Amino acid sequence: MAALRHPQIVIASDLAQGDVVVLGAAGWERDHLRAKIAYDGEAAAALKAAADAEVAANRVVDAYLVDVAIAADGAPTPLHFREQFRFAGPSVRPDLGKQAERREGDGR
Amino acid sequence: MTAHDPTLPPRPNSAPIGYAYDEYDRAFVRERVAEFRGQVERRLAGALTEDEFRPFRLMNGLYLQLHAYMLRVAIPYGTLTSRQMRQLAHIADTWDKGYGHFTTRQNLQFNWPRLVDVPDILEALADVDMHAIQTSGNCIRNVTADHFAGVAADEIEDPRPTAEFLRQWSSAHAEFSFLPRKFKIAVTGAEHDRAAVKVHDIGLRVVKNAAGDIGYEVIVGGGLGRTPFIGKLLREFLPRAELLAYLEAILRVYNRFGRRDNKYKARIKILVHETGLDELRAQVEAEFAAMDRAPFAYDSEEFARVAAFFGTAPYDELPERSEAFEKAKADDAAFAAFAAVNVAPHRASGYAIVTVSLKPIGGIPGDATAAQMRALADAADAYGFGELRVSHEQNIILPHVRKDDLHALWRDLDAVGLATANAGLISDIISCPGLDYCALATARSIPIAQAISKRFADLERQRRIGQLGVKISGCINACGHHHVGAIGILGLEKKGVESYQVTLGGDPTLDASIGELIGPGVSAEEVPDVIENLVEFYLAERCEGERFIDTVRRLGHKRFKESARREGEDGSGI
Repeated sequence: MAALRHPQIVIASDLAQGDVVVLGAAGWERDHLRAKIAYDGEAAAALKAAADAEVAANRVVDAYLVDVAIAADGAPTPLHFREQFRFAGPSVRPDLGKQAERREGDGR
Repeated sequence: MTAHDPTLPPRPNSAPIGYAYDEYDRAFVRERVAEFRGQVERRLAGALTEDEFRPFRLMNGLYLQLHAYMLRVAIPYGTLTSRQMRQLAHIADTWDKGYGHFTTRQNLQFNWPRLVDVPDILEALADVDMHAIQTSGNCIRNVTADHFAGVAADEIEDPRPTAEFLRQWSSAHAEFSFLPRKFKIAVTGAEHDRAAVKVHDIGLRVVKNAAGDIGYEVIVGGGLGRTPFIGKLLREFLPRAELLAYLEAILRVYNRFGRRDNKYKARIKILVHETGLDELRAQVEAEFAAMDRAPFAYDSEEFARVAAFFGTAPYDELPERSEAFEKAKADDAAFAAFAAVNVAPHRASGYAIVTVSLKPIGGIPGDATAAQMRALADAADAYGFGELRVSHEQNIILPHVRKDDLHALWRDLDAVGLATANAGLISDIISCPGLDYCALATARSIPIAQAISKRFADLERQRRIGQLGVKISGCINACGHHHVGAIGILGLEKKGVESYQVTLGGDPTLDASIGELIGPGVSAEEVPDVIENLVEFYLAERCEGERFIDTVRRLGHKRFKESARREGEDGSGI
């Protein structure tokens, strides 16, 4: 199967809450570190098909594949700044969004 | 129950400060809430797909943005009561994240509601005669008006009764619920245009003819976005009695001939441009002549009934000069600076109009915390008959403040971070939410506004620079009105990074003009330097009494473009 130019993950919005979720091995996750990563075209197509089924099942909205870079610790980071903001929250309000939730998690 | 309980009725001495719902209005809004509650339930249960649900949620002002849903609440013609403002604060605290964002169309946006909570939010809005209907979708949107309506010294007539008439006509108008594209109407009743009527789909100016009759100048086909146009004069004088029928005729022509094949060419401005003004006028007049105008017949008693809701506040008889105000200015330089730019003349003797800036230095334009909203409501009750306005410049107006009370008001505002003395100055920046929130944005807007605001943080320097409108949009849709900024900034994506185009010479008033690009885009970091270069050139070149826009017009675009070049470069990067 053709290799991807960049690894990919699936991102979507939760239907009821509206917040950003990623598709993980066990379903939708709010922590992008738990995203299932596709390294080739076949895996990416399977991810997208699974996400489309979830859209059809009315659990998430607007699911799409995102190119990511993989850090040394295995964490996926979107290559495009738009999705970087989606993973973080408003850059002008670091107290809000996923960036704030992660800090709260770190503090526990 | 507390003094701030939003369910309490207005204070008995409150002024007639806006249209009061009757039972029909209340029933209509409640029915819409119940209908949307059912739609949300069916969506969550899977009975409606997103494609089926999207038109329903948009018709109720609900978007899905980058981080969450966003609910846009209508504030008709920008007029709010203190009770309504407190309810907005209550909603922000209860279902959102403790703040709201006032927009360039006099609305309020909540950035974090959950879909499951939206019906309850709409119910809470209905409790204070508010809703989010037609704040999105391809319909006639919230009608906007001069934020100094009813109190401006230069006013012919309060435009809000007209705006309310249009609101009633356009609300749930079956024929115009699925127009080719959204449709925005603005109304002004003053000599000086503060409502940007020339950049709306329809702009109305209240005018008097030679016989002294009140009517409207009708401007059509203005708009910003991807293809900006200044509106064109369709009718020099439209008698009031013909207003609704004539607008019905315009909308029918647009609905019939407006392009539906390309959403970027679907606004009426494109129809006017492609059809030609004379031909479009002929089509409108033909429709107007042929249509059954009876359903739109003018009812003078009904107009008088609506106008009574916007009657004169119970002002005290006061001398024009306030010794207390003059003494406070003399004793307190910071207050004097505030009074110099944030206080405007009022038509009633001894009163003033106060602009409360939502643009603190380095802050987020248009954002207010729930605590600030309550403080504004308190200030409105204490000093201004419980009335507030939202301006399209994303500020709050207290329209009836006794000059004797201005210093006390300023102290109260200062205590909650709302006394920034920058109304109309370079840091009073209009900015859309941009890529910090908006799913359509191509770049961030707010950080650019913050960087410029910090660069020009010195308020004394801002006053030396004088009136200068900086307007920033995070995409070509131009919600930040960048086309009509004396300095406009448009955020785009260029080769995978945010890039900013700077335009010069825009003006939203009756002298409307579209800004011209000064060159290729620059990085976010470079924007403040470019703005500073332009401002320094203006300060060096301006003549006595000239505003920035005046100097741009006198010297021409080319001279300013040259000034924007950075040291050691040829300007190719700007």
